[in-house]
Amino acid sequence: MGEKYFIQGNIACAEAAVIAGCRFFAAYPITPASEIGERLSELLPAVGGKFIQMEDEIASINAVIGASWAGAKAMTATSGPGFSLMQEGIGYAFMTETPCVIVVVQRVGPATGQASKGAQGNFYQSRWGTHGDYSAIVLAPNSVQEMFDLTIKAFNYAEEYRTPVILLADELTAHIFEPLEVPEKIEIKERKVAVDYSEPFFDSKDPLKAPPMPRLGIGLNVLVTGSTHNEWGYRATSDPMIHRKLVTRLYYKIEGNAKKICEYELDINDGSKIGIISYGCSSRSAYGAIEILSEHGLKISHLRLKTLWPFPDWAVKELSSKVDTIIVPELSLGQLVREVERASYDKTKIISLTKVGGGELIRPQEIVEIVRRL
Amino acid sequence: MKHYAIKYLREEVIPTPFCSGCGNGMVINALFKALTELGYEDLRNFVFCSGIGCAAWIPSPHFKADTIHTLHGRAIPVATGIKMMRPELNVIVISGDGDLAGIGLSHLIHAARRKLGIKVIMVNNMIYGMTGGQVSPTTPRGIKTTTTPYGNIEKPLDVASIMATMKVPYVAKWTTYHMMPLKNSLKKIINTDKFSFIEVISQCPTNYGRNLGFRKPFEMLKWFKENSIPISKAKNMKEEELEGKIIVGEYLNQIE
Repeated sequence: MGEKYFIQGNIACAEAAVIAGCRFFAAYPITPASEIGERLSELLPAVGGKFIQMEDEIASINAVIGASWAGAKAMTATSGPGFSLMQEGIGYAFMTETPCVIVVVQRVGPATGQASKGAQGNFYQSRWGTHGDYSAIVLAPNSVQEMFDLTIKAFNYAEEYRTPVILLADELTAHIFEPLEVPEKIEIKERKVAVDYSEPFFDSKDPLKAPPMPRLGIGLNVLVTGSTHNEWGYRATSDPMIHRKLVTRLYYKIEGNAKKICEYELDINDGSKIGIISYGCSSRSAYGAIEILSEHGLKISHLRLKTLWPFPDWAVKELSSKVDTIIVPELSLGQLVREVERASYDKTKIISLTKVGGGELIRPQEIVEIVRRL
Repeated sequence: MKHYAIKYLREEVIPTPFCSGCGNGMVINALFKALTELGYEDLRNFVFCSGIGCAAWIPSPHFKADTIHTLHGRAIPVATGIKMMRPELNVIVISGDGDLAGIGLSHLIHAARRKLGIKVIMVNNMIYGMTGGQVSPTTPRGIKTTTTPYGNIEKPLDVASIMATMKVPYVAKWTTYHMMPLKNSLKKIINTDKFSFIEVISQCPTNYGRNLGFRKPFEMLKWFKENSIPISKAKNMKEEELEGKIIVGEYLNQIE
């Protein structure tokens, strides 16, 4: 048994970052993510790490990129408006294969919206936010425990695949106080570091693996650019083949590992005709509804996503093959539901249950009501 | 015998893609002369950060060093992250006026406020050269550019004066006409670990010089010479006398 705590989701995230090896954090204050930076401003100096509050979110993500190339595991944390500002930097991190973690605590948008209220409106932004062809790893915690566990996982994926990883939380999960058990054994992945020229810094023979990453300042004359580049980082902005090779490799490096990256809870109840697909805070509403319905003898199957991107089409298909109806509750006007519609079989009826504003969760009773009307 | 600068260059990317007559090569020459005179045999322990634009191509990919070619305007935040994690490295930002005085100005001001030991060289050609000659925040008044066909109505930003107001340890402004003093300023900032800023007014014959009617790059250099006033002399001059003049020299020097 590990140590037990009763703490806030954002604090669990900060503590996990340090355990994962994070030694650089740059961010700009924003509700409802600020506690992460506040906690890390205390924790990082104590372990020889660096904390800096930057002048804006654009500077924050770029400082994280610099620190990562300097050899550090690095993170930033933000919410909707700040996440919008970071998009260009996220694209740069993807293109240059810069490992880093971006924590996004979703709040009500668009624009300033309702700063202190939870929402799930960044589902698609977390995948398609920056321009150009790319792929993204996005993890979605639904509890304080997962704010901890998935932060560790985010750092591990960032280092393993040499890519930015987004932890897509929400205000409710980030601000709730719950028990946290820190596991006794935690798997931490370290960066595969290039120390010579035996392997290119920006290409890999195995398309499923990231190339080793050099660190600045050790005499390797590293060339880093966000422009299309060849395997040693030289700019090549006219050659169609170099671009195709680079971008498809970066894309496949993530999409090709989807089965390894995707984590979800798929609870199929034999004989159930109704399924629910949820993530984050809305999964808590789903659990509540399933409990009420089981008390009435009605079995419900449930797919709860912990990895949002790459999207686990196969898990949706599996549920879709077993049930007649899938209900998708979410705190947006319907984003996750579109992926569910795309990935499920035509025979399955998809019902979207949406709610936006005020940080109000979907009440379990609202899901129960839909089931009752079926 | 090899040219003295070869030791600092990636030979496979020479010649540079810069237009003939561009001031970028002169800035490279001044920097490499400074490095040679200081006894650097290579660029180990240097990290060069640049943004987007012609001046950002000075280090990337030409310098045989660690070079990080960042997003437009973001060289300073990237340099900040590097310098914080590796304070022992000599982190130098080289970028243009569009990058540092336009889209990335707030980062420059905040870096100056933090006084982290990064060194900034702003190559100011007073125009957006790479995109075809649009007005920049440092284009003088009245100049016709591709986006000011009736002449620029905005006042240019004097970045060196802003840096001097912020009392950063070292501020200097030169032009590509002032090669010797520029080299001497570069020698000072290379060997300091304090925040420093050098602005180099540089000629862009292709997209700026032609708007002023200069047929040859040298005519622009002559114009720099004739329009420059040493800061010691400028202190005793009236504002109207200084209109349109380039005030050159060390604005601040607290590193020696």
